[in-house]
Amino acid sequence: MDPKNPEKDRQYGGLGEVFAVPIGPIHPALKEPIRLTFHVRGERIVGVEIRTGFAHRGIEFMGMRQGRNLIQVLYLAERICGICSISHPIAFTQAVERAAGIEVPPRAQYIRVIISELERIHSHLLWAGVAAHELGFDTLLHLTWRVREKVLDILEELTGNRINYAIPIFGGVRRDITPEQYPKVWEMIRYYRGLLEQLLDAFLRDPTVEARTRGVGILEPKEAEELCAVGPTARASGLKKDVRQDRPYLAYPDFEVKAITPEDYGLTPMGDVFDKIVVRLLEVGQSLEIIEKALENMPEGEITSFPKIPALLAHLKKAEGEGLGWHEAPRGEVIHYVRLVSGEESPLVWKVKAPTYSNLLSWYPMFEDQEVADIPIIAACIDPCICCMDRVYLVRNGREETWTKEELLRLSWEKTRRMRRWRA
Amino acid sequence: MEGLGVFGQAVLVVFLGGVVGLFYRGLDRKIAARMQARVGPPLRQPFLDLGKLLVKETVIPKTAVAWLFSAAPFLALLASFTALLYLPLGPFGPVLEGHGDAILVLYLLAVPALAMALGGFASGSPLGVVGAQRELVMLMSYEFPLAVVLVAVAWRLSTFGLAPAFSLGTMAAHPLWASLGPLGVIGLAVLFVVLLVVTPAELAKIPFDIPEAETEIAGGLFAEYSGTYLALFYLADAVRTLVMAGLVVAIFVPYGIAGALGLSGAAAAAVDFFFWLFKVFFVMAAAVTTVRVGMARLKVDQIAQGFWLWGTAVALGGLLLLVLDKVVMG
Repeated sequence: MDPKNPEKDRQYGGLGEVFAVPIGPIHPALKEPIRLTFHVRGERIVGVEIRTGFAHRGIEFMGMRQGRNLIQVLYLAERICGICSISHPIAFTQAVERAAGIEVPPRAQYIRVIISELERIHSHLLWAGVAAHELGFDTLLHLTWRVREKVLDILEELTGNRINYAIPIFGGVRRDITPEQYPKVWEMIRYYRGLLEQLLDAFLRDPTVEARTRGVGILEPKEAEELCAVGPTARASGLKKDVRQDRPYLAYPDFEVKAITPEDYGLTPMGDVFDKIVVRLLEVGQSLEIIEKALENMPEGEITSFPKIPALLAHLKKAEGEGLGWHEAPRGEVIHYVRLVSGEESPLVWKVKAPTYSNLLSWYPMFEDQEVADIPIIAACIDPCICCMDRVYLVRNGREETWTKEELLRLSWEKTRRMRRWRA
Repeated sequence: MEGLGVFGQAVLVVFLGGVVGLFYRGLDRKIAARMQARVGPPLRQPFLDLGKLLVKETVIPKTAVAWLFSAAPFLALLASFTALLYLPLGPFGPVLEGHGDAILVLYLLAVPALAMALGGFASGSPLGVVGAQRELVMLMSYEFPLAVVLVAVAWRLSTFGLAPAFSLGTMAAHPLWASLGPLGVIGLAVLFVVLLVVTPAELAKIPFDIPEAETEIAGGLFAEYSGTYLALFYLADAVRTLVMAGLVVAIFVPYGIAGALGLSGAAAAAVDFFFWLFKVFFVMAAAVTTVRVGMARLKVDQIAQGFWLWGTAVALGGLLLLVLDKVVMG
């Protein structure tokens, strides 16, 4: 019993004092700032509070209000996150292309697909290393990150950068894949093909990894569905949910992508951390397949429908309309909404929804009744990307505020009315 | 060494123990790095770390119980060095021979763990408290198998009429391997393995590093420690590693090579001393470095269950085999 705080005791029930253990905003288990306050009794978690907003930078505001043209905004979109630095531009360019009615040549679509699948490989390997580190298995971290260098080298070869590739532009891509580069990419595919079995072996057949991840952080399929989990977080619970499969875009219809669940590895999905490792490692293999097919069937032709940047800018300035762009980022579905008005260089509205925003709520059921020792791996298992997710932060008179759905709805109605008046 | 007197010998052993302990920590880090395909820090890195910590500011949190918080690191360091003085150092007997036995060493090895737990509880940080709770659970889990190993070996020695059986000096002077029957050798090997498994737990290294668990509780026990106090814990940890490996060597592999090489006098002592250093290093590399590179961190319930059920069962099995051996051999 906690005599000083009977309310808390009633809330959680049972015997023993309830401690509040703060994790974050700065903590070795977290790669980015977020605060999780755990209420623990002994080693058991009885409650959790999540507080976000530490990585909010107002990127959308900068894109909408400060006189940047759309190409400059594209640079901002790329810098929402370092690891998703192709996912945001792909979603953003698609949104703008739909709004402005721009066609993308097939070869450019293939190149976008190849780069985004390369990013998925590097992101999943990065995550696997981080997961190993959270489990205290540093050897696996060092080995995984060493093999990750190969895909980063290929990305550097193809785009000039290890991250922040600056490849998509409205109407196409900025760089072609030259004939000399093909053998290098093929060599990388062979390298990872040979390695994937070893990686699966190192992660999935290690008794200590299994002891730490099996039955830990379970997300039931029903919970995943209700909480709108996306990406590997949802797929590990057995939901066949993948934007590349459900609403194919770019050249993805050609590859007939199927959502990967633990069933593809002969397991019944439990939705625990182990299943999330399975799904992510299998997706590395899936990405290799997609890149392979894309290289084989790469159409010839232009890589952009607007080779001249001034012409592109002029077209965008005249464009009027709204567009939605989506992409299956390594962490799940990312959505960009853009509204353009003719005569304006900046978008009137730019809204970003990152996958972590959808996955954050699935932390609550996952943390329920787990141990303190499981906190890092459960926090890491949705592959949280806080800088992607922190899109809104409310401060008024120096105090932070929380608004409910109804208030937000009312506010957006008011805003729409204001904007109509302003446009009229 | 005999000419120095007990006090002089103690000062020499403490100094050398600190230096060798830190040097072995450097070797441990270097080998672990190579196993993980990294370059790793230079061998002198632990000395640099210690030096840096000693000149850093020492912060005592406002919420801490200051005297307990400050006393814990001294307690840990003193107990570690005292344990070193009861350890046979290859050809040389323990410095404090006859002033205490293996049971005392057992307690001296538990004192740093208790001191760290006290420091954690006194730090006033929830992370420190969680770490301290874990340290105590660990201590209760691995002490029993460890005690069984020591008691089994001492009992078998006493059946040969060797006294004092509980002295580490006696254990090191009369290795049991050659004087036992086949059952006894198997039993002794089982106890050897148990002691090797207990070693990383005693030293709180992966997979048993839960009291510190960097990614979980940000250093746990040590979360609030800084500067000189952290340096003392660091040194105590290095010395404890040496003591624990030395204990394994003293009980199970106390053999020298000077006799086989036909040496005598000072040369024999020197050769055997370096051979002892090598054995200690080998035990550390096998039981600490390799294990910590090859495993993930376990959870506190998994460790408690593992030691209470399996560790104890296996240790008692080894003891039983020794008893049976005594019955068979007469």
